[in-house]
Amino acid sequence: MNDKLIIAGKSYSSRLLVGTGKYKDFTETRAALDASGTEIVTVAIRRTNLGQNANEPNLLDAVPPSKFTYLPNTAGCYTAEDAVRTLRLARELLDGHSLVKLEVLGDPQSLYPNVIETIAAAKTLVAEGFQVMVYTSDDPIIAKQLEDIGCVAIMPLASLIGSGMGILNPWNLQLIMNRVSVPVIVDAGVGTASDAAIAMELGCAGVLMNTAIAGAQNPVLMASAMKKGVEAGREAYLAGRMPKKLYSASPSSPTTGIISSARN
Amino acid sequence: MNSNTSDLSKVITLIINGTSRQFSLNTTVAALIDEMGFAGKRIAIERNGDIVPRSTFATQMLAEGDRLEIVVAVGGG
Repeated sequence: MNDKLIIAGKSYSSRLLVGTGKYKDFTETRAALDASGTEIVTVAIRRTNLGQNANEPNLLDAVPPSKFTYLPNTAGCYTAEDAVRTLRLARELLDGHSLVKLEVLGDPQSLYPNVIETIAAAKTLVAEGFQVMVYTSDDPIIAKQLEDIGCVAIMPLASLIGSGMGILNPWNLQLIMNRVSVPVIVDAGVGTASDAAIAMELGCAGVLMNTAIAGAQNPVLMASAMKKGVEAGREAYLAGRMPKKLYSASPSSPTTGIISSARN
Repeated sequence: MNSNTSDLSKVITLIINGTSRQFSLNTTVAALIDEMGFAGKRIAIERNGDIVPRSTFATQMLAEGDRLEIVVAVGGG
């Protein structure tokens, strides 16, 4: 089936985007990424340890940018200014790579997006030539504004980052998809494979997750489950589900030719 | 870090990732990277809020009070 995810003109076979945080070590990170089939991985940008061990393993060695499309994020940024600075550093670090994940957070308890700062940062980044995939609330009006600014993917939360609470408001996700034409990718809140399938059945273009995989008892097995959940949900969406019939059953077997003890 | 900090006129203080460090006068970005053991590592540097392009590492001269951010890619979601 030729069903590609297209972001900023580039096509991807996998609709599962995976974060690289919270794994036991880089070996587990890589094994989970491989099991998930993902092509796009998020990374964070952080101050280097001064006087760090020269032989300290490096994420870029374990997860080579030649094999995966990097999506540097702005996790931990609470202002547009910090987010923009972080992504400028990321672009320099990754040799001019311009596809980025913008997230500007509101507070450390909820990690809920600050959409005012997010919009300000998105305007600056788009003007500077970044291809911005943006984490945002599930507000359809904000989502549309972010698209109009020029973001290449809208990534609403399904529930709070790292909560594993699943798809709490499918109605809002649907509202967003109804008015946005760039890919809508659920970012945050997925807890297990059925959550990923639900997001895809709704018509989302993809799902981005980290903790749902890294926080599982067996992250590599969960990565495989998520791959299947996303694929199953996508195929169900494309297949078009049967209409729901309220308050009445419909037999699956023929209604004629049934043996009967009645006279006729 | 620096072998000779006795003559203050030959020393500059830089704020690197929020920590102050002393280097000799006329230190280039490339020399600083070398001295800190980051040579050959995948890093990016911001100086006083502006990106330092890799192509200018060898020529940009650091100055007293410069604020540097030196970053790497790490696991994140």
